[in-house]
Amino acid sequence: MSTAVTTAATAAGEAPVFYAVDEHPHPEGHSTPLGFWIYLMSDCLIFAVLFAIYGVLGTNYAAGPGPRELFDLNLVALNTSMLLFSSITYGFAMLAMAKDQKGATLAWLAITGLFGLAFLGIELYEFHHLISEGATPQRSAFLSSFFALVGTHGLHVTFGTIWLVTLMVQVVQRGLVVANKRRLMCLSMFWHFLDVVWIGVFTFVYLMGVLR
Amino acid sequence: MSAHETTAAHGPDGHGAHESGEAHGSLGGYLTGFVLSVILTAIPFWLVMSGALGSATVTAFAIMGFAMVQIVVHMIYFLHMSFRSEGGWSLLALGFTLILVVITLSGSLWVMYHLNTNMMPSMHEMRRMP
Repeated sequence: MSTAVTTAATAAGEAPVFYAVDEHPHPEGHSTPLGFWIYLMSDCLIFAVLFAIYGVLGTNYAAGPGPRELFDLNLVALNTSMLLFSSITYGFAMLAMAKDQKGATLAWLAITGLFGLAFLGIELYEFHHLISEGATPQRSAFLSSFFALVGTHGLHVTFGTIWLVTLMVQVVQRGLVVANKRRLMCLSMFWHFLDVVWIGVFTFVYLMGVLR
Repeated sequence: MSAHETTAAHGPDGHGAHESGEAHGSLGGYLTGFVLSVILTAIPFWLVMSGALGSATVTAFAIMGFAMVQIVVHMIYFLHMSFRSEGGWSLLALGFTLILVVITLSGSLWVMYHLNTNMMPSMHEMRRMP
């Protein structure tokens, strides 16, 4: 961050410069939330494309099993509640972080991670169940697009959980320093964003699929 | 919305305090969002599992409506979106993304629907031709 670049304006007889020549000091990481938000928006486009693919191919069963035979809504409801619970517990972690309560933050983060793992466990069980019934991604265009969409969301949750564990280690080692707070806030946005995507998944894939 | 005006409004010597944009929300906000989300999740599941509305089309539109509302609830109470966050830039990015999402989704469905309808008849349909 240079401080004195305004000498150009001081030269005699020259028109004064009315725009900011100086780079004013910014606190470190002040633009991180906006940058991370823009990353999330680009991620949103990935999911939009996957939803579009599912919308186009979702009814091409190739004489294979359809959503009505495959989806178990009780399981999906359980899965949805896991993700919703993890969202609120992450919210509690952020509240504890705002009050600088390191222990409480870590505890809520751990609970969030457990809910995330429960979500992944149920999803893997569902995938395993589908594949053992012969409903593999290769079976039909419907199943290919289904596994691509739901699998991509699951991968996001997987990496979110890894990120969460990494941040917990960081908080244990360094405490709730400014950098760690910033990181936790980014993960908070990521985690809630995944919950928003899941609303689309359970509505358009599972509920609409069973309705058809 | 131009950066020029924003800088000018702040006066010549730098723009005062940056709003940090770090809205952590409050306990009440998170709980409100959570309760609303539970209700907005439970109703569509109940509608589909019980078939209370009878018609599949009506149910489909109803659950889409609930999904839209729940997404807005999550945006406000969990992601703390507002017109003020990041000086409006995050809302601008969201708006731009939503336009792209709508174009992607509606465009794909529209074009592919017509492609399917106007495609060459399959062997199965050809057999029935005169």
